[in-house]
Amino acid sequence: MSDLLTPAPKAPFTKGSGPLGTDTTGVLVSEPKGRTGLSRIMLGRDAIMIYALLVVVIGACLLIPRFASPVTVGFLLLDVIPILLIAMPMTLVIITGEIDLSVASTAGLTSAVIGVLWAGGGMDIWLVLFIGLLVGVVAGAFNGFLIAVVGLPSLAVTIGTLALFRGLALVVIGDNAVANFPPDLTAFFTSKIGSTGIPVIMVGVLVVVLAFGVILHVTPFGRGLYALGFSTEAASFVGIKVARSKFWLYVATGGVSALAGIFWTLRYSSARSDNASGLELAVIAAVLLGGVSIFGGKGSIPGVVAGVLLIGTINYGLRLGRVSDVVLIIVTGTLLIASVVGPSIFESIKQWNHHRRIRRSLPQH
Amino acid sequence: MTNTTATKPTGGGTPGGGPVTVSTERTTGPIASILRPRELPVTIALVVLVLVTYLANPLFLSAQGLKDLLLNATIMIILAVGQALVIITRNVDLSVGSILGLVAFATGTMFATTDLPIIAVFLIAMLLGAVLGAINGALVTIAKVPALVITLGTLYIYRGLNNAWAGGTQYFADDRPDAFGNLSVDTVLGFPVITLIAIVVVVIVAVYMAGARSGRDLYAIGSDPDAAKLFGIPVGRRVFLAFLANGLLAGLAGVLYASRFNSVGATTGTGMELDVVAAAVVGGVAIFGGSGSVAGAAVGAILLTTITSALTALRVDKFWQQAIVGILILAAIIIDRVASLRTAKKLRMSEARDV
Repeated sequence: MSDLLTPAPKAPFTKGSGPLGTDTTGVLVSEPKGRTGLSRIMLGRDAIMIYALLVVVIGACLLIPRFASPVTVGFLLLDVIPILLIAMPMTLVIITGEIDLSVASTAGLTSAVIGVLWAGGGMDIWLVLFIGLLVGVVAGAFNGFLIAVVGLPSLAVTIGTLALFRGLALVVIGDNAVANFPPDLTAFFTSKIGSTGIPVIMVGVLVVVLAFGVILHVTPFGRGLYALGFSTEAASFVGIKVARSKFWLYVATGGVSALAGIFWTLRYSSARSDNASGLELAVIAAVLLGGVSIFGGKGSIPGVVAGVLLIGTINYGLRLGRVSDVVLIIVTGTLLIASVVGPSIFESIKQWNHHRRIRRSLPQH
Repeated sequence: MTNTTATKPTGGGTPGGGPVTVSTERTTGPIASILRPRELPVTIALVVLVLVTYLANPLFLSAQGLKDLLLNATIMIILAVGQALVIITRNVDLSVGSILGLVAFATGTMFATTDLPIIAVFLIAMLLGAVLGAINGALVTIAKVPALVITLGTLYIYRGLNNAWAGGTQYFADDRPDAFGNLSVDTVLGFPVITLIAIVVVVIVAVYMAGARSGRDLYAIGSDPDAAKLFGIPVGRRVFLAFLANGLLAGLAGVLYASRFNSVGATTGTGMELDVVAAAVVGGVAIFGGSGSVAGAAVGAILLTTITSALTALRVDKFWQQAIVGILILAAIIIDRVASLRTAKKLRMSEARDV
């Protein structure tokens, strides 16, 4: 063992036993081992997602004929908008260590209410849409009350409200479908910006994405959510209002789900009770693929946006490439599992190496 | 010790003024131990639902009506029992609907293209289910990734495999031997044969969970995985086997599905997973593991499937059905919370007295 090697095994060893080690002064010097500055951003989990997205987009442009066109951009974005919208508040909810399975049902309920109010006639469409939004907010507040105030487990509560809200949508609209929305409005929802193929409505979606990005990454409230995800007790000790934060997150989730429901209704110009059904699992899959930990405390908005777009691009690209829908869901599932199993295996290899190095650096008996 | 407890009641411990032991032993009476509080609310709800419906419409409990009720509940009972095993270990399996679909289609294929005897088809199908469940279990225990994520992934993958295999193909009842279809037509003592199979499953698993050491281990794992590990329980192996057993039961449910329903194809069993979890939760299985029973989960499954028929018999608008299911789930969670708060309070008081 030359002197070149001796410091190297020592650093991880002291780092590993840092909090318990007695020799704290020596440790601190070699502590900042993590990446800093530019390389931290360029090599982080989010960046990897964005690279993956870029690779897939470029690959699709090169390999699949007709992929690189404004039509692609238009349909791809219109397809991912509902998932992208709901993924924003869902990211925040999962970062706090909770979950919301009722989002698609909330969107369906909104759609049903809009349909019935509009078909009933005599109401301005904007008032109808506003009431639809309100329905989503109330639905979210109901979830928030049961989870944050009463303190029930969110997984169980939102399975319940998944059935309840979808059931209420059925009660409201039954088997009917309402389709006669104002043509100007439905045309607006599918219109594109010039010849770029980007849907006009994307501007609004971008505002929502930016808003949630700012809330999560810049405001004290958002930073508090990470703390909440790590430990509820610790978070409340440092002065984060746990119940209130969670309650408002669920209200936001309900509101954004309602927006997704409104979008769904007007894009397809059809209000039905089963609109957006099954979307909850697609949203959660995209969020987890985007690097949010299901245990809470980890994740970011840029990563999630890349995750949503990655799934959307792969699906659309494969469909254009005449790959059947069948393979699509297998790809989604495999991506999801790989995105969580991969880091876990990587971590255990690192751990194993680490232990081996410690053993080697310890004095031999 | 007895001295202190005897003098305590004056301090306002027990309302009746009697010795403390009375209040703690009340829960171990013969009836209470059979229907422990967790299963009681759902059982009462089921009895009330059936009675009310019967009084309003006596046809509800006619021989045919009863048979339909049991047939409808059978598949959900088996799935809920398997799911309860997994949830008790503080995991969840969202892929059961996809496993059921894949196995049901495999069953249809075996009958349509081979001459295998029925019993062989049963065994192969259950084996297929067990393999699919084992994949879930292996991913969860080896990669140490939350079951919610893994099984959400395999939900998609198994469904995709089913789609890829089936394409537009569907197998109908006339592709299958009559004896197989008759399993869900013939009755023994008023019970359809497939329901008897489900009852046998419930009894076996319930006895295992209550009596076998490895069954009790599942509760320990669900209550506190770290403590279970320290105690020497092979957590990984037990959880793996719970997933495997759940897959096996989902496979059995898949075969019975093929017997019960006319057609099996690419979309068989879609969206069943949340209903199954809901049945277990309604049946008193705590979503974070550690408590509940498979019998409760089975009753929860019966309750959820009976509601549909009951609402039809009561001439309630069928659109209300799902909303009522949602309310039931929420009620079950709230009752569970109230019960556990009460238990915690009781424990705290008895501990305080013993000090």
